[in-house]
Amino acid sequence: MKKIGLIINPIAGMGGRVGLKGTDGADTLQKAISLGAKAEAENKTVKALLALQEAAPENSFIIYTCSGKMGEYACQKAGISPIIVYHPDAMTGAQDTKNAVEEMQKRNMDCLVFAGGDGTARNICQAVGDQALVLGIPAGVKIHSAVFATKPTNAGKLLAAFCQNKTAEKESEVMDIDEDAFRNGQVSARLYGYLRIIYAPNLVQSLKSGGVFNNKEANFGIADYMIDHMEKDVYYLIGAGTTTRAIMERLRLPYTLLGVDIVQNKKLICQDANEKEILEMIDNKPFKIVVSVIGGQGYIFGRGNQQFSPVVLQKAGKENIQIIATLDKLVALQGKPLLLDTGDSVTDKLLAGFYQVLSGYDEHYVYQAVYE
Amino acid sequence: MQKEIKLRNFHEAKWDEPIVCELSVPGQRGILIPPAEKGIQNEIGDIEKVIPASLKRKKAPNLPEIAQPQVLRHYLRLSQETMGQEIVADIGLGTCTMKYSPKINEQFVRNSKFADLHPLQDDETTQGILEIIYKAEQCLKAISGMDAFSFQPGGGGQAVFSNASVLKAYHTARGEGEQRNEIITTILSHPVNAASPATKGFKVITLMPDPKTGCPSVEALKSVVSEHTAGLFITNPEDTGIFNSQIKEMVDIVHSVGGLCIADQADYNGLFGICRARDAGFDMCHFNLHKSFSSPHGCMGPCCGAQGVKEELAQYLPKPRVKFDGEKYYWDYDGKTSIGKVRKFYGVVATVLRAYAWIMAMGAEGLREVADTAIINNNYLMKKMLTNVKGISAPWQEGEFRMEQVRYSWEKCKEDTGVGTEDIERRAGDYGLQSYFLSHHPWLIAEPMTPEPTEAYSKADLDEYAAIFEKISEEAYSDPELVKNAPYKTAISKVSHPGIDDPNDLIVSWRVYKKKKGLK
Repeated sequence: MKKIGLIINPIAGMGGRVGLKGTDGADTLQKAISLGAKAEAENKTVKALLALQEAAPENSFIIYTCSGKMGEYACQKAGISPIIVYHPDAMTGAQDTKNAVEEMQKRNMDCLVFAGGDGTARNICQAVGDQALVLGIPAGVKIHSAVFATKPTNAGKLLAAFCQNKTAEKESEVMDIDEDAFRNGQVSARLYGYLRIIYAPNLVQSLKSGGVFNNKEANFGIADYMIDHMEKDVYYLIGAGTTTRAIMERLRLPYTLLGVDIVQNKKLICQDANEKEILEMIDNKPFKIVVSVIGGQGYIFGRGNQQFSPVVLQKAGKENIQIIATLDKLVALQGKPLLLDTGDSVTDKLLAGFYQVLSGYDEHYVYQAVYE
Repeated sequence: MQKEIKLRNFHEAKWDEPIVCELSVPGQRGILIPPAEKGIQNEIGDIEKVIPASLKRKKAPNLPEIAQPQVLRHYLRLSQETMGQEIVADIGLGTCTMKYSPKINEQFVRNSKFADLHPLQDDETTQGILEIIYKAEQCLKAISGMDAFSFQPGGGGQAVFSNASVLKAYHTARGEGEQRNEIITTILSHPVNAASPATKGFKVITLMPDPKTGCPSVEALKSVVSEHTAGLFITNPEDTGIFNSQIKEMVDIVHSVGGLCIADQADYNGLFGICRARDAGFDMCHFNLHKSFSSPHGCMGPCCGAQGVKEELAQYLPKPRVKFDGEKYYWDYDGKTSIGKVRKFYGVVATVLRAYAWIMAMGAEGLREVADTAIINNNYLMKKMLTNVKGISAPWQEGEFRMEQVRYSWEKCKEDTGVGTEDIERRAGDYGLQSYFLSHHPWLIAEPMTPEPTEAYSKADLDEYAAIFEKISEEAYSDPELVKNAPYKTAISKVSHPGIDDPNDLIVSWRVYKKKKGLK
């Protein structure tokens, strides 16, 4: 029997219907309520739970959750008797999500299911890192992260498959944006981390690619090709992400998931380098930048890798940038180009154009990068 | 006046037939061959001694022991559980060009004058078939504009590989074999256009389609050509059925840096008499004689990927080739620069014979009519599908005509109802259709479907085909579970994908079956 931890962010999604760009922050929540916002997350969770009950074999799961709006009510509406492990105050906040996660971790859940948006995903990511298998029920205003099922009922179906050991797992991006900037009309999402999610190709991502790719193997194919073709004495600036991380793993070197590590002659020269360290290191020396693509969005620079500053990028030039991404990831862009947003229009212009993206061992796809 | 379309109340036979090995009963057998007459026995001696020991099995093969009537019954039952071109309007299998294979051509290849030929016979005794092979080559030269053909490759994949080998030989002979190590292809080309050059050791660079036109971007091509470019391998037209109006420009770009251009024309059905690979500047091409040229399909078995090249590349073609000295036809085994043999003897000559018979029966005007009819049929069907069927679309260049096939998308239907292309494909079986081709991987078009209504189908066939999908779409919108759980009337019900994909569950032989099931 699978132990499923359920955490609902009760206020997730309330801003969307009343035209706000999120519900993070007490002031925004009050504004949303005054504008007539209604809680959406609970209803969406009920849909997921009903789908789970319908598709899962009897006695194949047990739900652990929080009292009241953070899970108990939704379970009751779906006809499920949960075990309550955490009692939040009436006014819930991010700390409650973290507290609830902590309580569930103590009880060794097989997976954690949360209903919310990018903000909730961020809180979960902070709390569990890669220590738990999770799945998001999409209920927030902002859904940029790739950790959510495509819709609540699909979350239920996916969990049912999980209860029957018919799912895989993969790491997916947790993205979030600066909500203040967003409300002012500026979109600036950035990579915040990765969560290990329950995965079945047609229930988590849109069925654009169809093929059944093993991401881990594809990443290792890319990594092995990169390593086999590393040139002597050249500095390799390995950017953020799971695709790039595979290179460090194959080299058996420590890595920084959300930072830049520098490798020369297959040895780690500098871990989690900042712009200043990079500039000192590459001064008049041959170097190459290796970056991955942010899934679903296509950003290669300007989102979570500010260490690759315009100065660094101009020194490198387009010819010394190697973009790596699995074919699955490229296809999921649905024809949208790769995006540059270095913060400097001259640099953006310099780097715009076609790249040969490495997508597997000796597999190269021509893809265009543009700036907005 | 539009005739009312009545959908069939179809139900496939379901015999629940055991595997032939399970039917085995020790001691049962077919016919007993009477012993040879005494005189023959005396002449031959002990038959056991005639066969060299090295060719003899040490243990008898574990074949099923079944009497002749049971064998006949078994295979007839299986045949009733099989759908195919000769029992249904096999419009669904785009890229495969499932057209009618005239039965008279089967009589030719089964005629003892052909069937009893031996490949080691002296040329003087096989002038007839040599003449046919030679003349078939002349036909394909005219159809493609190329200067020489080899019929040795045993399928489209092997023809592309053989073209890659010729390409390699050409650059090597010019002293550029090491330098020219890159091949360019497109993601919508048949996957073998990437796989074959990769097998030959080339770095393969793949172009993505332009999001608006669906055709490869000329600018993207310009960004990757260089002194390392060995060639461009491209399926033309690609399986979207979209006419690539920039193909000549692409060829010129590759030629400008010294590369060669190879057209995969496995499916040539929309181009007969309209345009030729050579006229667009291509240096090589291939045709699948088992597709556009009517010979039946055979899954790399009785197939032929006819490989055509320009004069300067002819010396590299597989050998032997049939030549004519003005008086007689003969096998030419010379050719020091040939890439060698790619198939035993002369390839699948039966397929060449069928294709030659078909070409001669059609004539030049008839071939042009094939393309015209295939294109008209396809666009008629597309109009019906897009007008009458809810939830389907034809992405890229919407509103424009297509060539011989269309890659549709059921994405809207999936979004609206949860019913996707795999559900619809299974449900089509309940209406008596052969399953349809979705797409090569990866799916650039979501929820894809790629039918190809060739020239062989009537308006009534096309109307019935469209009406079936109109009906299935209605079902998807009114009762999605009905479609999701289909099929109900076919020999095999819904099969779960994970089970098929799991190598642990894969059983490819009786021996493996027994092992995995713990049988003795």
